[in-house]
Amino acid sequence: MSLMSNLSTSMISSSSSAFLAPTSFNSSRSQSVSVPVKSIKICKCVATPQEQQQTAYKTKVSRNSNIAKLQAGYLFPEVARRRAAHLLKYPNAQVISLGIGDTTEPIPDVITSAMAKRSQALSTLEGYSGYGAEQGEKALRVALASTFYSNLGIEEDDIFVSDGAKCDISRLQVVFGSNVTMAVQDPSYPAYVDSSVIMGQTGQFQKDVEKYANIEYMRCTPENGFFPNLSTVAKTDIIFFCSPNNPTGAAATREQLTRLVQFAKDNGSIIVYDSAYAIYMSDDNPRSIFEIPGAKEVAIETASFSKYAGFTGVRLGWTIVPKQLLFSDGFPVAKDFNRIVCTCFNGASNIAQAGGLACLSPEGLEAMQEVIGFYKENTKIIVETFNSLGFKVYGGKNAPYVWVHFPGRNSWDVFSEILEKTHIVTTPGSGFGPGGEGFIRVSAFGHRENVLEACRRFKQLYN
Amino acid sequence: MYKLLACCSMASGISLQPKMVQASLGVQKQGNGHCTNVPRNVNLEKLQNNYLFPEISKRELQHLDKYPSAKVISLGIGDTTEPIPEKISLSMANYAHALSTAEGYRGYGAEQGNQVLRKAIAETFYKNVLIRDQEVFVSDGSQCDISRLQLLLGSKVTIAVQDPSFPAYIDSSVIIGQAGDFQDKTGKYQNIVYMQCGPENNFFPDLTTTPRTDIIFFCSPNNPTGHAATRKQLQQLVEFARDNGSIIIFDSAYAAYITDDSPKSIFEIPGAKEVAIEISSFSKFAGFTGVRLGWTVVPEELLFSSGFPVINDFNRIVCTCFNGASNIAQAGGLACLSSEGFQRNRTTECLLENSQAICSVIDYYKENTKILVNTFASLGLKAYGGVNAPYVWVHFPGLKSWNVFAEILEKTHIITVPGSGFGPGGAEYIRVSAFGQRERIMEASWRLEKLISNEKALFNSVENKE
Repeated sequence: MSLMSNLSTSMISSSSSAFLAPTSFNSSRSQSVSVPVKSIKICKCVATPQEQQQTAYKTKVSRNSNIAKLQAGYLFPEVARRRAAHLLKYPNAQVISLGIGDTTEPIPDVITSAMAKRSQALSTLEGYSGYGAEQGEKALRVALASTFYSNLGIEEDDIFVSDGAKCDISRLQVVFGSNVTMAVQDPSYPAYVDSSVIMGQTGQFQKDVEKYANIEYMRCTPENGFFPNLSTVAKTDIIFFCSPNNPTGAAATREQLTRLVQFAKDNGSIIVYDSAYAIYMSDDNPRSIFEIPGAKEVAIETASFSKYAGFTGVRLGWTIVPKQLLFSDGFPVAKDFNRIVCTCFNGASNIAQAGGLACLSPEGLEAMQEVIGFYKENTKIIVETFNSLGFKVYGGKNAPYVWVHFPGRNSWDVFSEILEKTHIVTTPGSGFGPGGEGFIRVSAFGHRENVLEACRRFKQLYN
Repeated sequence: MYKLLACCSMASGISLQPKMVQASLGVQKQGNGHCTNVPRNVNLEKLQNNYLFPEISKRELQHLDKYPSAKVISLGIGDTTEPIPEKISLSMANYAHALSTAEGYRGYGAEQGNQVLRKAIAETFYKNVLIRDQEVFVSDGSQCDISRLQLLLGSKVTIAVQDPSFPAYIDSSVIIGQAGDFQDKTGKYQNIVYMQCGPENNFFPDLTTTPRTDIIFFCSPNNPTGHAATRKQLQQLVEFARDNGSIIIFDSAYAAYITDDSPKSIFEIPGAKEVAIEISSFSKFAGFTGVRLGWTVVPEELLFSSGFPVINDFNRIVCTCFNGASNIAQAGGLACLSSEGFQRNRTTECLLENSQAICSVIDYYKENTKILVNTFASLGLKAYGGVNAPYVWVHFPGLKSWNVFAEILEKTHIITVPGSGFGPGGAEYIRVSAFGQRERIMEASWRLEKLISNEKALFNSVENKE
């Protein structure tokens, strides 16, 4: 049945890793993905209604019109689908993934040992623990506060441990509800816009401008130093701001963030500040929005262990909601966030939290910095490559992403061309919003030899 | 212009009922504190109290403050207590160690879950009902899945819940905007259909008087009543859903505790695949309450009114609002199910033929439950459940459940859960959970026997009608 094959192809996971059996470890990085043979066509966007046979039973439940507004599948599974389709076409190709920002280097021993220890303790009477606090284990919250926010007046009970920033973004949307307006940078990490659409905050997608109605897109380009011209930005309830930025790699300066905080204060807005890449900052820019005076009354900050500790699969992050952040009626936002966390969530995995705590030990921090240094070196190599080829290159200094300009070109076309001619997966800029058109995001996660090989191929293609 | 909002107008007037607590966050701004202009989500304003279980925890802490040397026994929150079998935790430890190696490192996993695990779940629990692995979505637990399902369904659907029921169904419904205001008189939110389940109707709602809703939440074996719906009852439910074009969300978190031949999955009922979603969890059968692992089954046959497959939208939610369960937890899940060949077993034997260690833990909790059931029976109290679930649902006719909860706590240092926390249908009941170490269960039984037989007068009072 055609429906089934469409569904099968649409179910291709974004990761091709085979699961570990206890005795064998499969490295599937360069292996072919096994996909259903039935249909090689690239999956239609999942939002397209499927034709149904007339005899198929239908419930009387209406589809959520908000989800129907979404234009295509989430960006990264789409990139994964293209990669899988490419492998079908060229089963022997040595595909190199510089697309999805997935960490590749092993997690330092000091961290995994702590997780192994916690796992085994769960088999003992003294070490077994059941439900943890939904807000996270106290020791971890304390460690986060003292490691990243000491002297900023952020306390451990302002911190909520989670299973990652992507999940937190949606939980924040649930807190805010459908009756708020939001602004995003353009381009931006797609989860902000997509979760907003799902939540019902937006109007329909407008194909001519490639934007959803009712979202304020704050254009960030080389011309404005990747910081929006706030004097032209409409007032919204919520402002999503990511720095260092995914995908552009731009890091906002203290001066810029001070203006942003003032803007939020003047407008009575709440900034949701995504600091997932803060540890990649090389310059002297703020790593936390709370370094800006007054930010506690206008901002929430989300962060993640994903890109710090290679925890993309382990799943651990945190969100800070300061006590001082109040809704218009004076009700503390943290109270509502706490209610959501207690009702819609049940805490991050205790094993992951044990890992997080080890990350924040002196040995853990040192070990993490080493891996991050490795990725930063990758980034440098990629930046140099594109520079040497005469491209205008942005980012790469304060983030593991390189934002390469292809003036006048359609980014999905560039993506396809690169994939076809070099077997390298990147991410097309327009996947991050209309402001990303004409750009390609190259992520710097990867084994060194793969990054070097990729750069060789880029040089070959563009020389 | 900061003002301290009176957080909740608790009109119930019962002093022991939980009030919306003031911000436990300490600092209150005075005078020149900045308020944003962002309006509070009106749906969150509708919520009447804190979520039930943190409220129970709070009471426990208050009690410990009062009696620091009390030996509190918790038969409240259904938190597992027995260690996870070694084979399983070793798998997780090994997986964690492997993450430090080049061959063993894994980054992002599929949002829908590891393929091998999805297959194992399909084969362990759904082999005879032909649920395919691509219909299984691995998660970090049912509480999270319930909210993701609400995100999927949106604010414009109507829901029905059993009364009493696990509070997350109602609370998530209010949060997403499906419910109207709370009515103090009835103890119910408007726009939600509450399907009364009690001894008088054998804990199965009278569907002939149940209005149509888009969604029907149904939990079996039930939390809190412990009742497992019979095959006949579930056939009626599926037929009802089919006639009304509704979607059942079937919560099978306690299926492993079934001892008779009640169905363990809604998909045992013919036609269910076109009307039902099933959620389940590793929490209560593998002790994964802290590890965090569960799954949701969305059959490919389940269609919205337009013919659009529900699974497509659920997949979109999972890819956008979630990023997969922890890979270490998933390794543990796979170890629970073990790849040596397993069969779904419909007799009283354990579901997971190969995982004897897990079976022993479940049996251990089942034995606990028996002890508690016998205790209450011997005291002349009507105790329901306890046969197919780790919960005993004890009736205290004419008494307010929060008062009984408080009395038990004060006099025996035992935490339970007041029935009205699960809805107005829980009035006059106490839920006693059977997780705990054997000695503590025995000790609890002894204390309860003492209390209830000594204070027969108090517990038979008919003056404090709920």
